[in-house]
Amino acid sequence: MSVPVIQTVSISNKPTVLGRLQELGKEIVRKKVSYFFMAPFLLLFLLFTVIPVLISIGLSFTYYNIVESPRFIGWSNFKLLFVEDDVFLTAIGNTLKFAIVTGPIGYIMAFLLAWLISQIPQKYRFFYTLCFYTPAITSTVAISVVWLYMFSGDRYGLINYWLMNFGILDEPFLWLQNVDSILPVLIFVQLWMSMGISFLAFLAGLQNVPRDLYEAGSIDGVKYRWQELWYITIPSVKPQLLFGAVIQIVFSLQVFDISIALVGMPSPLYAGHTVMTHLFDYAFIRFEMGYAAAIAVVLFGLMVGLNRLVFKWLGSEE
Amino acid sequence: MAHSIVAKGKKIDFSGFILYTFLSLFGVLMLAPLVYMISSAFKPISELFLFPPRFFVMNPTWKNFNDLLLATGTSIVPFTRYIFNSVVVSSSIVILGVLISALAAYPLSKHSMPFKKFIFSMIIFALMFAPQVTQIPQFLVISKFGLINSYFALILPFLAAPISLFLMKQFLDQVPDVLLEAAKIDGANEWRTFWIIVLPMLKPACATLALFSFIGAWNDPWSSTVYTTTESMKTLPNALQTLSGGYGVVARVGTVAAASLLMVIPTILVFIISQRMVLETMAHSGIKE
Repeated sequence: MSVPVIQTVSISNKPTVLGRLQELGKEIVRKKVSYFFMAPFLLLFLLFTVIPVLISIGLSFTYYNIVESPRFIGWSNFKLLFVEDDVFLTAIGNTLKFAIVTGPIGYIMAFLLAWLISQIPQKYRFFYTLCFYTPAITSTVAISVVWLYMFSGDRYGLINYWLMNFGILDEPFLWLQNVDSILPVLIFVQLWMSMGISFLAFLAGLQNVPRDLYEAGSIDGVKYRWQELWYITIPSVKPQLLFGAVIQIVFSLQVFDISIALVGMPSPLYAGHTVMTHLFDYAFIRFEMGYAAAIAVVLFGLMVGLNRLVFKWLGSEE
Repeated sequence: MAHSIVAKGKKIDFSGFILYTFLSLFGVLMLAPLVYMISSAFKPISELFLFPPRFFVMNPTWKNFNDLLLATGTSIVPFTRYIFNSVVVSSSIVILGVLISALAAYPLSKHSMPFKKFIFSMIIFALMFAPQVTQIPQFLVISKFGLINSYFALILPFLAAPISLFLMKQFLDQVPDVLLEAAKIDGANEWRTFWIIVLPMLKPACATLALFSFIGAWNDPWSSTVYTTTESMKTLPNALQTLSGGYGVVARVGTVAAASLLMVIPTILVFIISQRMVLETMAHSGIKE
């Protein structure tokens, strides 16, 4: 909207590095109130996020057990991780399998459910929103009691009981002990909990798509609801889609507490072991902080890398 | 403003019928584990280990809650202590965290100053990874400061949440500048403008972030596991883990189900209270680069 201002930088102001720094300093002093407002957040952010990321990267190249001071050992933590640590390879395999299933399915499910809810009248929406969102806000530790009981390996377990009643199973199945069923059970539980923040973002975005867009669409020959969804709705909620994707990627890669709560640590043959449980094991049980930091750095790289891809794919073109 | 297709005319057409049936069935399935938790919390011992297992309770009793609150026999501290710890920690994180984010969002959205873009892109970057990957250095920082086994250890690391500042700033972006300028013409300084104009307008965003940070803090078993070693500093989720005797132990199902129910109820209540404002805020959650 603003009228383009003709640049009036005079030639005499030819910026030198020093001059620029001086300008910058003056500007900062002039805007000091703005920085005061941000100071508490930035200070805590620096102390508990920025510096820890840097320290993590630094520590990952050392041997550090808290008692002695860190000793630089180059790349050997990473070499050990990827070449010799079979448990880590299992963990990263599990995490990726887990994320490949729960990430996209959870994301699409959240979007479709939000879309379906946005199709019904306002007054009924809240009830359904509550149904789908509640699992995401229940504590994993608390709800694991229910899952442990449902997936219990004896005939008292509800799922075994029902399956045997319907004649699908002949004898109780050890859902949480059998190496083949551990990961599927964890995935199932995670999907149950995945209508979280991204679901709410979609829901809110979908409710605010301007109505005239649909009217314009119907004039332009949009006939079916799926056409409406594809050509009008999805492009208008693209920013929410990106936000949801970021949240979903982080959520599906950080799987930790359901694994510990349902199958324990270590899980049978490490079938439910994830990068996060491996990290916890080395950091806070064995206190091999250098090695654990290397695990953290790998996970950090994985999350940021995937998110960069998503940004390229979903980010707006401007 | 609301756009609905089903409500065309009065009659509910065939696809509308399918839509409601599907949503209702799916909704009931999603709620089933929670209903089961509620029903287990009220089951007497005789029903908990009944064969064949039953989904619903037949003779509800308060005994499990009694056991939990009065006679958690083996533990050293009463169960109410864990509830107290959780309430202190969660409410501090909610109140201080929301305030800190609101303070930071104001200049980030409405002022222009050097490094503004840089700070915001750093926040976006921080959204891209889970805070847990920075746990090790955080632990070192906390233990160097001698904060292990204090409330500070459970509160401080969670106050500057990138998602709070992000959502707050996005919300504030769509608030018209005219109001702020009017306040300045009336002679209010930045501080007064913030309290009188900005903060009241940020109410929906504050409610939303209060919800998110409450859920995060209330449900988090990790920080209490790492930063506390004494029984009296444990928070609810951590205590619950101990109470259930670790994974795979089905003993004391009734007491644990009662404790779990106590843990879940506050989160649902907070959502019901804040839901309208949450949707208002999340409409502005999009990332536009």
